[in-house]
Amino acid sequence: MTPHPAPETGPILGKLSLEALPLHEPILVVTFIGVVLGGIAVLGLITKFRLWGYLWKEWFTTVDHKRIGIMYMILGLIMFLRGFADAIMMRIQQAMAFGGSEGYLTPHHYDQVFTAHGVIMIFFVAMPFITGLMNYVVPLQIGARDVSFPFLNNFSFWMTTSGAVLTMISLFVGEYAQTGWLAYPPLSGISYSPNVGVDYYIWGLQIAGIGTTLSGINLIVTILKLRAPGMGLMKMPVFTWTSICANILIVASFPILTATLVLLTLDRYVGTNFFTNDLGGSPMMYVNLIWIWGHPEVYILVLPLFGVFSEVTSTFSGKRLFGYTSMVYATICITILSYLVWLHHFFTMGSGASVNSFFGITTMVISIPTGAKLFNWLFTMYRGRIRFELPMMWTVAFMLTFVIGGMTGVLLAVPPADFVLHNSLFLIAHFHNVIIGGVLFGLFAAINYWWPKAFGYKLDVFWGKVSFWCWVVGFWVAFTPLYILGLMGVTRRMRVFDDPSLQIWFVIAGIGALIVAAGIGAMLIQFGVSIWRRKELRDTTGGDPWDGRTLEWATSSPPPDYNFAFTPVIHDLDAWYDMKKRGHQRPTGGYRDIHMPSNTGTGIILSGFCLVMGFALVWHIWWLVALSFVATIVGAIYHTFNYKRDFDIPAATVTAVEEARTRQLAAGA
Amino acid sequence: MPSNLPRFSARLRLLPLLAALPLLSGCGLIVLDPAGDVARQQGDLIILSTVLMLLIIVPVMALTIFFAWKYRASNKEATYKPDWDHSTQLELVIWSAPLLIIICLGAVTWVATHLLDPYRPLARTAPGKPVAAEVKPLDVQVVALDWKWLFIYPEQGVATVNELALPVDRPIRFRISSSSVMNSFYVPALAGQIYAMPGMETKLHGVFDKTGEFEGFSANYSGWGFSNMRFAVKSLPAGEFDKWVATAKASAEGDLSRAAYLKLEKPTHKEPVRRFAASDPQLFDAVVNMCVEPGKMCMHDMMSVDAAGGAGIAGIQNVRQVTYDKFAARGTAEAARWSMRYVAAYCSSPVMSNDRPDAKPVAPEKLKGEGLPHPAKPERTALRAPVAADRPMS
Repeated sequence: MTPHPAPETGPILGKLSLEALPLHEPILVVTFIGVVLGGIAVLGLITKFRLWGYLWKEWFTTVDHKRIGIMYMILGLIMFLRGFADAIMMRIQQAMAFGGSEGYLTPHHYDQVFTAHGVIMIFFVAMPFITGLMNYVVPLQIGARDVSFPFLNNFSFWMTTSGAVLTMISLFVGEYAQTGWLAYPPLSGISYSPNVGVDYYIWGLQIAGIGTTLSGINLIVTILKLRAPGMGLMKMPVFTWTSICANILIVASFPILTATLVLLTLDRYVGTNFFTNDLGGSPMMYVNLIWIWGHPEVYILVLPLFGVFSEVTSTFSGKRLFGYTSMVYATICITILSYLVWLHHFFTMGSGASVNSFFGITTMVISIPTGAKLFNWLFTMYRGRIRFELPMMWTVAFMLTFVIGGMTGVLLAVPPADFVLHNSLFLIAHFHNVIIGGVLFGLFAAINYWWPKAFGYKLDVFWGKVSFWCWVVGFWVAFTPLYILGLMGVTRRMRVFDDPSLQIWFVIAGIGALIVAAGIGAMLIQFGVSIWRRKELRDTTGGDPWDGRTLEWATSSPPPDYNFAFTPVIHDLDAWYDMKKRGHQRPTGGYRDIHMPSNTGTGIILSGFCLVMGFALVWHIWWLVALSFVATIVGAIYHTFNYKRDFDIPAATVTAVEEARTRQLAAGA
Repeated sequence: MPSNLPRFSARLRLLPLLAALPLLSGCGLIVLDPAGDVARQQGDLIILSTVLMLLIIVPVMALTIFFAWKYRASNKEATYKPDWDHSTQLELVIWSAPLLIIICLGAVTWVATHLLDPYRPLARTAPGKPVAAEVKPLDVQVVALDWKWLFIYPEQGVATVNELALPVDRPIRFRISSSSVMNSFYVPALAGQIYAMPGMETKLHGVFDKTGEFEGFSANYSGWGFSNMRFAVKSLPAGEFDKWVATAKASAEGDLSRAAYLKLEKPTHKEPVRRFAASDPQLFDAVVNMCVEPGKMCMHDMMSVDAAGGAGIAGIQNVRQVTYDKFAARGTAEAARWSMRYVAAYCSSPVMSNDRPDAKPVAPEKLKGEGLPHPAKPERTALRAPVAADRPMS
């Protein structure tokens, strides 16, 4: 019945053997060949243009928060393409598999696809995107030269990447979990998932989780300790506020995920009984624990984007943000309340009516600060002068889309309604409505908004608009049918269907997914065209193309390595707007040496060891586990003896860079 | 750019769409137009909550579009106040308007969650049709197997696989468990779902008020054969139901003995409908206690040993008789790493049932506030949730 029996464990290769290669899956073989050819082409080009040294010195080993931020965004984009490919595969399967048709995916393959889609989109798309964004923007917004722990930042990035790479390896060596993205036991236990899929899941998340937790600590300390003089907490830009709240949530919740996965690991590797059916194990405990992490997680994702919308609305309305104080308190309310709602993910597990209604009502209460935020954006637009540039278009699309997602979310928080909609496609439509409408639209607003800061030229508007309309229309075409299907009682994760009258809705949803695909294509074209035409699109304002209000717009685009030649002094909430209003004169002399952290290869090397260890753990190759573990520890200790951690940028270099900018400003004016 | 603005209103089409959902129920929105009283109340609650929330959602969406259009940069007529960023009155409104909606919705939620608690027996079979005091609900025991459903009718002494026949207008009381992993027992036409979990028992009450053929399925992913975990649900007039029971009794499949159950439990999918004549009356409780296999120690025995302070060193041996997952499941080697060589019968006491008496029924008219007892009267206990022991135990 089960496609693959559990493999034998050998001393040298563990469970690994030639049978682990999915040669019987033509889709995977073709993908593999594509990846190999593409990989050879990329590596060949890098070698041909002699870029290895440049990449290693300037990017892989960098401790500059801006470059690490950009690398996070690239990681998120690559993984997004993988996660979206999974989505398209699911949509095609579900549009086909009617009337006795089995579709084109076996259960073994399909179940991996939906598991991988969820895991990748949350852990390896949304998380790198928001971490990258915070990494890039926060230090600039608070007038800092870098994050508090620059090496840790580099290490966090590479750990996240290692987790992503391990997850991608499962595509071609072995298999991925067939459990759904949260791997509920007992299904994810060794008895019911005897193969390596769940192990890939566990180790991919554990390795990436270390990166996420460390980067959370890093950003909290950065925001608390490195703000420019004068920037009290209530003068911080809203994006920085939402970032610190998101990072507090990360630091408070990711350890729960880690601990829960450790318990599951012990069940699978050494035969403990935390979550088994027998011997006193409690699978319900896993469900509780994973959601105590899982619900704050969705606020980790969306809070920073709420910050983005605040910055964008205020900038493009040419107006101070309405209700800054209530915005900050709303953010803090959401941060706290997000810990009091986890049970709404399993009203149907048999808790009593009082417990269910308590958690239902706390969930609804979150909609109050969220609603207040929405009104604040609304009244920021009120009596403004709204320029509908791309970031503002994404923001308006967000406001109109997200309210519907919020409404269906509150609906699902009513326990009796949840009893009929739990696990249905209505639920799927709901969380895509908030994650796409909130997180992704926010990211697109952010990318269009801060791209000129990162690269010195704007993104192409035409292709940006094509992408915008494809995304917005495609989203609604893809997910409205799922809302309807949910009300027809159709549940999630189904591979085949009996009732032929449902097919039309799945076909419409599939068309919607194709429109979204066109939107993604247009976005890639937008990036390509903009890079190609970067001379025409160059920002001639010397770093402030949108008439910005916060500090990041005070420096050049792209900012110099040291961000600010002189640390600015803050007097008002919208620091840069305030400086402009008061006729701020950029200092043009008196530069000093600037103390900066040195690049180091330790982050990528240690993460490489961790990747090897993760792979060895998945396949039970114990000698390699021991070897890579020792290597990681020794490497970390060795790094502590590296005393070449910092250097000074000489005043002469600073002077040269700043004078170049002076000339550029003069030319632009 | 402002030329694009009117196109934003394209998304407005969604609003009438949502409002029109109840009208769409003719085309198969079973959740909003079911065939049972419980599911119907749940469906009505969806509509009620949606309307309540639209009270605030619609103005917000309209204002968004209006402000976006009115204050566009090209409209130099519109007022522009770049430094206006605070208004105490407005702040009060924007915090209190959602708060008011949530207070209403919260009250509805509290009452409805208690009245529609799946553990609560039904007070009526349809609006205006109360259940008479002497009517006992029909007991159906449900076991989610890999990947099919077993239904045991203790009263009738029959059991079926992948077919659930129920008499119309008679309250049904489901006792639900699972043999291997989590599933969710869901018949959209009848009532909301509840998880089916191994070693535990959950409960659900429902009633059909229309005859017809419906579908039930697992609403929680359970592995390889999950998609085919569907079963036919028949709501039959009383006479027809008796006939159906008679057919089941005459079935050639024979008895559902413990041995037959253990064979049935093995993973299969696309299982056809099967009917068994009679059934071991203790089978369901043995499933919940994870001791269908001969010689297996039941969970309740283990718990009573533990409650008595354990069995000392000998207790370590006992552990070997309660291993459950490790013996087989899906693809794990038959003699898995931690399984032990011998299994000795330890307890021969009868299987303990997790079944608990139900709480008192409450008439759901109270959802609308009608007939709620006066606070001074002591009848309020009726709104209290069932006792904790009635919940899933592990």
